[in-house]
Amino acid sequence: MAFLQTVNLEQRAGSKPLLKSINLKIDKGEVFVIIGPTGAGKTTLLRLLDLLDRPYAGDIYLDGIKATDAGVNVMEVRRRLSMVFQKPVVFNNSVFENVAYPLRVRGLDNRSITSRVEGMLEVSGLSGYAKRKAKTLSGGEAQRVALARAMIAEPQVLFMDEPTANLDPASVKAIESLIVEFNRSNNLTVVITTHDMQQGWRLAHRAGVLMQGELVQAGQPGEIFNAPRDIRVAGFVGIKNIMRGVIAWSRTGMAGVEINDRIIEAVSELPAGADVDIYIRPEEIVLSLQGLQGSARNTLAGRVKSVRVEGPLCTAMLDCGFTLEALVTARSAEEMALSEGQEIYASIKATAVKVLPVVESSI
Amino acid sequence: MQELWEALVQAVSLIARLDGEVIEISLRSLYVSAAAILIAAVICVPIGGIIHFHDFKGKRVLINVIQTFYSIPTVVVGLFVFLFISRAGPLGGLELLFTPAAIVIGQVILILPVLTGMTIAALNGVDRAVKDTALSLGASGSQAIWTIIGEARFAVVGALILGFGRAISEVGAAMMLGGNIRGYTRVLTTAISLETQRGDLVLSLALGIILIGIAMVISVIVNILLQRY
Repeated sequence: MAFLQTVNLEQRAGSKPLLKSINLKIDKGEVFVIIGPTGAGKTTLLRLLDLLDRPYAGDIYLDGIKATDAGVNVMEVRRRLSMVFQKPVVFNNSVFENVAYPLRVRGLDNRSITSRVEGMLEVSGLSGYAKRKAKTLSGGEAQRVALARAMIAEPQVLFMDEPTANLDPASVKAIESLIVEFNRSNNLTVVITTHDMQQGWRLAHRAGVLMQGELVQAGQPGEIFNAPRDIRVAGFVGIKNIMRGVIAWSRTGMAGVEINDRIIEAVSELPAGADVDIYIRPEEIVLSLQGLQGSARNTLAGRVKSVRVEGPLCTAMLDCGFTLEALVTARSAEEMALSEGQEIYASIKATAVKVLPVVESSI
Repeated sequence: MQELWEALVQAVSLIARLDGEVIEISLRSLYVSAAAILIAAVICVPIGGIIHFHDFKGKRVLINVIQTFYSIPTVVVGLFVFLFISRAGPLGGLELLFTPAAIVIGQVILILPVLTGMTIAALNGVDRAVKDTALSLGASGSQAIWTIIGEARFAVVGALILGFGRAISEVGAAMMLGGNIRGYTRVLTTAISLETQRGDLVLSLALGIILIGIAMVISVIVNILLQRY
């Protein structure tokens, strides 16, 4: 059993499912980032994990304890966790009292509260803020106070719900480096939700993609980006040239995928007749004026729809019966004199065509 | 206008001279209404909290009924309490009629609805996320509730000031239940009413100015205290 684990966790709002059979495994000391678009259920999941809401079904285990058990003292378990919300809520008193709050509710004496709060303010770059009224802080400062406050009682797991969603870049950087710092120095387990892919890649040891209430994929960030499990993940991680088709033929591990009456050869074990989604990375498309006589299985004739040069790179939109986005160097584009309306051939290796079975969303 | 000016001068001189009767009437007004607001606060803040923190059928209706009673006429409260504490009433044996205690009872009943309703409104005004934040930081259920009440303290104290204002400025209950007995149950409002009927408008105005002054001083003191803590 992992340090923090959910088993078939479900949540509903009335009869509407919000989360569907979530099975998460998070190790101690890990920074786990839950990535997903707005409305995917990230906040709902975090609220369940922090034991703020009761799940509709399923269980949560923390360090071997079944936290969703009816006999468990929820407050006792919750005191080993902490959460920072997307919109930081600071209490209407001083920064010092805000950070002291978790220690006060735990009944610590004034002396140790003072020394611990001062230490935490120092670590968080908030020394000198102690007497400030928390309500007068900027968004970034308030979020830093919220983080210091969440950390003061030395939780084992820190949950952060879109902690930097509305912050300026400097504040984002400050918060992120604090998260990394706490993670390293306290062996703190951190679970962060974000809709910002880049932030996910920066912070995550591992990540999970949550879409429409389902944990679609979990793994190291590189895995998710390089091998998205289905087309929803592919679309979310920013992959281009996603198309839907049907497998026209299939033999010896190769398949011909029919898209708008054209056949594209790909490596796939799926049988003929299967509905599939395919994607091709723009940088894997080779453009030529005559059509290449090479190893590439696909050479499609088409027409240039538009050309856009950005620095050393050039994005060309092609019409090959369907729209393809190709990425070439600006120099190549210049040498080929790429221009709108030009006839062109796009060569694509079968191994560059990724085929994913069509998933019907169940939520 | 002349009268207003004279009244102002007289009010200042009455206070400056420490006029025995004026001071006595003012102090009585203060402690009667202070007692009323304290008793009402002890009753209303917890009741407001209970109503706010529980979901039950008819909650909306109950709050509407409470709000309706914000504007209950003071003489109706006076009459109602009178029926209970007069000789023939169920509490007649306590001999409360025409005592300061009777005025306190009347004023408590008068401000119960407004104080309860405004406590509920104050708690409603606290960000819903405060409760989650408190719980996620390790607070128990009751600690979280106290945190929410703490966050609402400005609005709750505002409600207390409003309730105090309504109590110290009402005349109906004080007259009917206290009887405006000189040296015993005479308060600022009943004294103003009497002096006006006797034609001493300047004294009435002077007492009125004192009344407003008291309200103002209390409001300022409370605000200063709140800003500090």
